[in-house]
Amino acid sequence: MTDDTKAAPAYLLRGAALYGDERADILVENGRISAVGSLANGNGATVIDAEGLVALPGFVDVHTHLREPGREDAETVETGSRAAALGGYTAVHAMANSTPVADTAGVVEQVHSLGRRAGWVDVRPVGAVTVGLAGEQLAELGAMAGSAARVRMFSDDGICVHDPVLMRRALEYVKAFDGVVAQHAQEPRLTAGAQMNEGAVSAVLGLPGWPAVAEESIIARDVLLAQHVGSRLHVCHVSTAGSVEIVRWAKSRGIDVTAEVTPHHLWLTDELVRSYDPVYKVNPPLRTQEDVEALRAALADGTIDVVGTDHAPHPSEHKECEWAQAAMGMTGLETALSVVQHTMVETGLLTWRGVARAMSEVPARIGRVADQGRPLAQGEPANLVLVDPAARWTVDPAAQATKGRNSPFAGRELPGRVVATFFRGHPTVRDGVLNEPYPGSAEER
Amino acid sequence: MKHLLSTRDLTAAEAIQILDTAEEMAAVNDREVKKLPALRGRTVVNLFFEDSTRTRISFEAAAKRLSADVINFAAKGSSVSKGESLKDTAQTLEAIGADAVVIRHPASGAPHRLATTDWIDAAVVNAGDGTHEHPTQALLDAFTLRRHRAQVAGIDSVGADLAGTRVVIVGDILHSRVARSNVWLLTTLGAKVTLVAPPTLLPYGVEQWPCDVSYDLDAALADAPDAVMMLRVQAERMNASYFPSTAEYSRLWGLGDERFARFAAPEFKDTVILHPGPMVRGLEISSAAADSERSQVLRQVANGVSVRMAVLYLLMSAKEFAS
Ligand SMILES: [Zn+2]
Repeated sequence: MTDDTKAAPAYLLRGAALYGDERADILVENGRISAVGSLANGNGATVIDAEGLVALPGFVDVHTHLREPGREDAETVETGSRAAALGGYTAVHAMANSTPVADTAGVVEQVHSLGRRAGWVDVRPVGAVTVGLAGEQLAELGAMAGSAARVRMFSDDGICVHDPVLMRRALEYVKAFDGVVAQHAQEPRLTAGAQMNEGAVSAVLGLPGWPAVAEESIIARDVLLAQHVGSRLHVCHVSTAGSVEIVRWAKSRGIDVTAEVTPHHLWLTDELVRSYDPVYKVNPPLRTQEDVEALRAALADGTIDVVGTDHAPHPSEHKECEWAQAAMGMTGLETALSVVQHTMVETGLLTWRGVARAMSEVPARIGRVADQGRPLAQGEPANLVLVDPAARWTVDPAAQATKGRNSPFAGRELPGRVVATFFRGHPTVRDGVLNEPYPGSAEER
Repeated sequence: MKHLLSTRDLTAAEAIQILDTAEEMAAVNDREVKKLPALRGRTVVNLFFEDSTRTRISFEAAAKRLSADVINFAAKGSSVSKGESLKDTAQTLEAIGADAVVIRHPASGAPHRLATTDWIDAAVVNAGDGTHEHPTQALLDAFTLRRHRAQVAGIDSVGADLAGTRVVIVGDILHSRVARSNVWLLTTLGAKVTLVAPPTLLPYGVEQWPCDVSYDLDAALADAPDAVMMLRVQAERMNASYFPSTAEYSRLWGLGDERFARFAAPEFKDTVILHPGPMVRGLEISSAAADSERSQVLRQVANGVSVRMAVLYLLMSAKEFAS
């Protein structure tokens, strides 16, 4: 936080429905919410008409691939964090699978610094668990935790920490600085060459299957390890009904586990793979309708704690090819809110308060992100989003801020639009379009 | 029908139309001058990303007998192996003016990509994609079975389906595009298909397929099926623990001399043996079985040309009428 906040203009958000419930005015001053209620505009604040809009705390993504350093053709911290702001996010966790891998204090500080200079959201680097994501030797977790980036989440995402001893040690070690290990649960031997969910569709399409048991067996092992060593575990992108059952069981035993689901796993199924269009190729793969329903129910009842986008932009040539050669991953930052509204809110499974919990409050807590996921209340940091739930829009990947054109929702009409995003009291998005980054960001070192 | 990508999409009427057209083509193949002018001035590209001389020359012969110009593009060892994408290759073929692309590719679904993207406008014929499908192989198998049945019954094969025909398909179903295409096509035509394989070589979810499944070859042979199709088994599967040894595979799932001896029984007198080739003699089939008069292997090869002529003719002349 810089001194610029002192001089920041004030905003009066008129008539927003807080968490979709009672309507109130919100006064934003000096980076904070200075008042909530029925407010007069005494100080000449800029008035933003929020009638009909839902006010929520700014979203926090626990799972974003920003690709920088190394794959700036796919995404940069700048373009990815613009996409995040447009999606209503005020903080993202940048996964460690960059080139070089974010496995040292130097790389995480670089990403952190790029995020501050971009100024659209808090960019929270995720540190690699193992050197080079190679699964052999612990990365310098303590150095990353103690760096300016203050890393608290560690993950080899994209690759599973499959060695049980290494996973145990990582879980134990991060206790020293209140860290969490975010596991990409994928038993590698059971998924060698896997191309899609193993099931009725893969059998017909002749594509090597990625069986549910490869995810579930790792989650089962990891929750038991977390219990044994008394550590905090986060499970990335849970994708199967069986995984939900294991997480539910673990929570009932008091194990300190949190779980994440992606927007695409809340909606899409492996039936889409019949097209062989690699825009539907993702890891973990799209599963079945039964899995989709179990994931929705789990997010509704809190078994799954958070929605994480697993935003994974790819250059078009990595998708305009044969299925087997295509890269795995989908963009998600700019569609997440709409997909959650469609799959969870409009189905009656989740209230807007539930959305705030799953997309802001709990993600911030998992990542130990200060000043994020806070209540919409007087004195709190002004990280918040205004959503128009009545809006309808059609996804056009070419019109998005992300460099990735690999949206599985391309051409679909979605409900809900982010009208404004306030990041530390500054509107990064207004009227549904990008405004300016946080003042003074570009000069920051 | 613009493309032939899968036998799953074919209705019984469409399949019978192809088989009947293939009968007409077979009549041409029996003549002294084996050539029709039907596709004169049209260009067929054989785009092969996988070595398969037998399939390639079958398509080449088919196209040439219809007077089409044929370009053989062996993508192995060409610019493709230097990293050129399928998209670039397809756009090149479009610029050359290909009217049909016959594609063989190690990636399941590659023909679908050609057919469903805007990379190329040509008719696409799937000549085998990964472990997905090999529709012309299934069509030639159906053609061969239909002729055999007609011959046994003393009737004309034209217009007939395969109702009541019992076919046992044995071997590596999991990795077989031939098995998939045959299951859909033969059942669409009314045949009763039984798959026989070790459980490790059956796809997950096979019980949802429109066929019976057995692990026991002797049991499947007990009621003297009309045809037994033996699939090629790669010995390397042993190293991935699909089965313990080639000897055990042969003993349990091979058509060895002892098992073939059962074919001497009267109820087996009309049972034929099919194999899509290339055969691994001594593993899935013994030489005695492969070379017996029950074997349809060489007839399958001859029928392959007729069936591929029919497919090219129906896809490409329909296009001509449309434009
Ligand atoms: Zn992952």
